[in-house]
Amino acid sequence: FFMRQLFKDYEVRQYVVQVVFSVTFAFSCTMFELIIFEILGALSSSSRYFHWKLNLYVILLVLIFVVPFYIGYFVVSNIRLLHRQRLLFACMVWFTFMYFFWKLGDPFPILSPKHGILSIEQLISRVGVIGVTLMALLSGFGAVNCPYTYMSYFLRNVTDSDILALERRLLQTMDMIVSKKKRIAMTRRQMYQRGEDQNKQTGFWGMIKSVTSTQTGSENLSLIQQEVDALEELSRQLFLETVDLQATKERIEYSKTFQGKYFNFLGYFFSIYCVWKIFMVKFWSQHISFILVGIIIVTSIRGLLITLTKFFYAISSSKSSNVIVLVLAQIMGMYFVSSVLLMRMSMPLEYRSIVTEVLGELQFNFYHRWFDVIFLVSALSSILFLYLAHKQAPEKHMAL
Amino acid sequence: MASLDRVKVLVLGDSGVGKSSLVHLLCQNQVLGNPSWTVGCSVDVRVQDYKEGTPEEKTFYIELWDVGGSVGSASSVKSTRAVFYNSVNGIILVHDLTNKKSSQNLYRWSLEALNKDSSPTGVIVSNGDYDREQFAENPVPLLLIGTKFDQIPENKRNEVLNRTAFLSEDFNAEEINLMTGFTDRKRFNFKSLHYD
Repeated sequence: FFMRQLFKDYEVRQYVVQVVFSVTFAFSCTMFELIIFEILGALSSSSRYFHWKLNLYVILLVLIFVVPFYIGYFVVSNIRLLHRQRLLFACMVWFTFMYFFWKLGDPFPILSPKHGILSIEQLISRVGVIGVTLMALLSGFGAVNCPYTYMSYFLRNVTDSDILALERRLLQTMDMIVSKKKRIAMTRRQMYQRGEDQNKQTGFWGMIKSVTSTQTGSENLSLIQQEVDALEELSRQLFLETVDLQATKERIEYSKTFQGKYFNFLGYFFSIYCVWKIFMVKFWSQHISFILVGIIIVTSIRGLLITLTKFFYAISSSKSSNVIVLVLAQIMGMYFVSSVLLMRMSMPLEYRSIVTEVLGELQFNFYHRWFDVIFLVSALSSILFLYLAHKQAPEKHMAL
Repeated sequence: MASLDRVKVLVLGDSGVGKSSLVHLLCQNQVLGNPSWTVGCSVDVRVQDYKEGTPEEKTFYIELWDVGGSVGSASSVKSTRAVFYNSVNGIILVHDLTNKKSSQNLYRWSLEALNKDSSPTGVIVSNGDYDREQFAENPVPLLLIGTKFDQIPENKRNEVLNRTAFLSEDFNAEEINLMTGFTDRKRFNFKSLHYD
């Protein structure tokens, strides 16, 4: 799964990185399994408790100690200056990370005077804060993005002739660039040849002639070079626009197929639900809300993975593949931990007991409120952002 | 200017293998100081004297079209890229010697470029499976270039060279391996590109 899905094009050389990633993933999945077992009542209660504890310890260990250390190590080894003292700098980076991590906890009401510094509760609380923020951001964005992508109402009409016209413009621009570059190359070659001839000329007049002719030659060159730069910029923009149009056209076609219609319907459904969630705070029934939250979590995980892979395709290079994998593992771990925390919110009362017992005394209400606030903020901001983007695009086309 | 014939050569390969640096070296005879990500396609031109010194000497403009992106791009990017693949006289396939995946992807790159040429509708029909038969009757000459040779540690160099030799046999292409940095000027005789 790992090699195929995420890294079709790159090698992940270090074996350790792979191990770390798979460990994180495996333990996150077992956490979810445990929740399901909890609800279904499978296995005996004490063994469940034991597994929970074990799982939590390992995950926290990995998330807080191992992964940031490796991230720091790899980032530092990418910067060539510090190559020699890699280990030292990696430790420094790690300590800064721990420091910020600690600071993060101060403004929030999570410290309980009873427990020591390195207790599980403190660590979980901090991881939870970060994870919850992340989740809220992503789900807010997803809630808005999901209907936007799937609902055909928003899709602008793109015809084939539009695309063809743009492509023709792109090719014309490329041809212009090519012809200008030919002129530059020819001029340069002539200058070079002339320069060789003139090296044979001696005397005062020869020198003056050579100076003036090369002057005009280079002035012409710089002028043409500027034109070429402008044209190249134009060609890049045209290329991106063409890609955009093609993508829209494909989305339109996709929406006409059955799968598209199905997703369209889902999109409507989810959009209604998400809008409702934005504006309401209390659910009318615990069970239904649990199921719905479960569905949302599953789809948001899927959406998260897809978005992350797209994102990493865009910024990946062979140097930073290790760092990317580790960052992905970190994000995923935090995401899973916090989703466990949040699911407790929607679970019916009888199942909460063991979760509460394992996780110790944490101010759960705080988390719920924090999640809702961030969710609201991110949903609104993404609505604004998408609205602006939507407005800008038709204007661009009008101007063409 | 019109007397010089037009030759279009595509430079294909994965992101970050060094296509832009290669093109810059060939055309400007200089090392590219700050390579950045290529968006879309960048063209550069090299004036080449074919059969220099002989009575059949002819000067050509070789246009090197350096197409950016990766094989796994969205199909919208692929169909936009296909615009550049028209009437190609030669293809240079670039792969990174330190990265095995980039050589494996060359098959898909060549399929993408060649299929566009043959099918009139511009739709890429094959699902990416490599078929040697296709390359046997291929009229477009291929040149295989491996970059970053000096970044491979000494002990692995032979293994890498073996692997690339197999690759170039598969493609029925000529092969050149290059160093990073490009400190010395290399003169390329485009032997594999025949113009009759």
